[in-house]
Amino acid sequence: MSGDGSVTVRDLSVRFGRGSQAVHAVRGVSFSVAPGESFGLVGESGSGKSTVLRVLAGLNQDWQGTATISGLDVASGDRRLPRIAQMVFQDPYASLHPRHTVDRTLAEPLAIHGIGDASRRVEQALMAVGLGPGFRFRYPNQLSGGQRQRVAIARALMLEPSVLLLDEPTSALDVSVQAEILNLLHRLRRERGLTMLLVSHNLAVIAHMCDRLAVMNRGAIVEEMAVAALRRGEPREAYTRQLLLASLGYDRAVAASMVSYD
Amino acid sequence: MTPLLEIEDLRVSFPTPTGPFDAVRGVSFSLGRERLGIVGESGSGKSLTGRSILRLLPANAALSARRLTFDGTDLLSAPTRTLRALRGSRIGLVLQDPKYSLNPVMRVGEQIAEAARIHGGVSAAEARRRALAMLEAVRIRDPERVFGLYPHEVSGGMGQRIMIAMMLVPEPDLLIADEPTSALDVTVQMQVLAILDDLVARRGMGLIFISHDLDLVSSFCDRVLVMYAGRVVEERNARDLAGATHPYTRGLLQSLPRIDDERAELPTLSRDPAWRDG
Ligand SMILES: Nc1ncnc2c1ncn2[C@@H]1O[C@H](COP(=O)(O)OP(=O)(O)OP(=O)(O)O)[C@@H](O)[C@H]1O
Ligand SMILES: Nc1ncnc2c1ncn2[C@@H]1O[C@H](COP(=O)(O)OP(=O)(O)OP(=O)(O)O)[C@@H](O)[C@H]1O
Ligand SMILES: [Mg+2]
Ligand SMILES: [Mg+2]
Repeated sequence: MSGDGSVTVRDLSVRFGRGSQAVHAVRGVSFSVAPGESFGLVGESGSGKSTVLRVLAGLNQDWQGTATISGLDVASGDRRLPRIAQMVFQDPYASLHPRHTVDRTLAEPLAIHGIGDASRRVEQALMAVGLGPGFRFRYPNQLSGGQRQRVAIARALMLEPSVLLLDEPTSALDVSVQAEILNLLHRLRRERGLTMLLVSHNLAVIAHMCDRLAVMNRGAIVEEMAVAALRRGEPREAYTRQLLLASLGYDRAVAASMVSYD
Repeated sequence: MTPLLEIEDLRVSFPTPTGPFDAVRGVSFSLGRERLGIVGESGSGKSLTGRSILRLLPANAALSARRLTFDGTDLLSAPTRTLRALRGSRIGLVLQDPKYSLNPVMRVGEQIAEAARIHGGVSAAEARRRALAMLEAVRIRDPERVFGLYPHEVSGGMGQRIMIAMMLVPEPDLLIADEPTSALDVTVQMQVLAILDDLVARRGMGLIFISHDLDLVSSFCDRVLVMYAGRVVEERNARDLAGATHPYTRGLLQSLPRIDDERAELPTLSRDPAWRDG
């Protein structure tokens, strides 16, 4: 395990494009996550959730503000950072290289970071995500969506990080496989004390997995709350109440009452 | 009134080294001016069923059916030319993965405008106007900016709405929507569903709505087909999905996390070999 696994973000701001195409995708976002805590990010499509995770994973270089993981400045590009925080992407179909076997996918991060004992570590990671050794030399097209997502989680575990950044890890999966992946993440968190940052538009998934959550709209956090308050249906902000109402299922009248919050 | 779409004993299979793999095994249903949901686990044959209607299948797939007709046209014997003309004008298909179905080197707005022009007699300026109006209808903020973006510059949920806009702009009679809202937040999802709902109610469009989200299908659709291993194992009134009797459907319903429920461990399916044929 590397680092204590805390995450802090202060006044994060991200812009894309120039001139009339410019968009201020993340506007002054601040939050912190304690070691071992599970924190959810929900909110409108395009509100900047993935962008926040991408900044923390070092995949986006152009941003302002401060962001630290285990006390290390994300902007520093410190080589220890990938060993502390790893990201799992939404789409298990696009995130694995189609011509690499599971073995190669899992061994690669070890090679990059000069870590030996690859064979044993690959076997252990496969076991940790509930895939037998029979999966080791398969290609992605020989795996189901749920199996691919397990491989993606295994890859994220290879460097034994203390923080997992999860971007909609189950929204492309069917409900039974979703239950398997959520159970797996629960177990990993319990066994390894992992800190988790989870983006999902499914409030039930957030309630199931997280201790606290932040609600985003138009690039900013509009409300931060404990999951217990969400369960009691006690959000403060109108936007969050609308989100909660919409998650109860389709209703034409409710749809007509939806408003845009700016 | 004859149904818009009639499907009888639809079968899709793929050759494999160990003999044919039957991915869709005898699916039958008819569709009127209504919202029909198709649910089922991954690999149960939902997408192949939807794609079969336009015969848009992988080259190695073998398709057969006793009957496959759309508004009087036999889709099984129709020439590819006829199918291509139907697609994107009278029949819209929102594919499961928007990023793969959009042209990566063309601005997304141009792609919607092109779909509008299929109607014929629409000027470039009018097509652009309709594309912008449709982007606004699917609740894209800032349609002018998004019009000029390339597919890799839009978020997951924006890509899905761009696909929906592209399919709705020619005003189809039948829309086959494969997981069309899986990347949308719940409020935008609700608003996009309201657009589809209105098209069914006001214009009499027929809708096939393929989804993993059982709660959503139950609240949005009129009827639901539950698929397992290439077959429809249960059909119910959507409102009554919670009363499902098949153990597979019940298993799917139980595996859903719920906001007010603090179970640490979610039940997963234990599949019964008998479900394949029962
Ligand atoms: N590479 C890019 N170039 C231009 N704009 C971008 C780029 N990446 C993201 N954006 C813009 O930034 C905003 C936030 O996008 P982001 O992907 O973070 O949203 P999100 O909250 O994850 O949405 P979703 O729930 O739909 O995935 C959007 O307006 C998007 O168009
Ligand atoms: N080109 C192909 N060659 C061989 N088998 C295929 C091919 N395309 C699909 N299949 C198989 O057909 C079955 C049904 O696939 P389909 O895409 O219809 O499933 P689905 O119900 O839409 O699943 P999901 O919920 O994951 O999208 C699966 O077992 C799949 O592996
Ligand atoms: Mg996103
Ligand atoms: Mg599918």
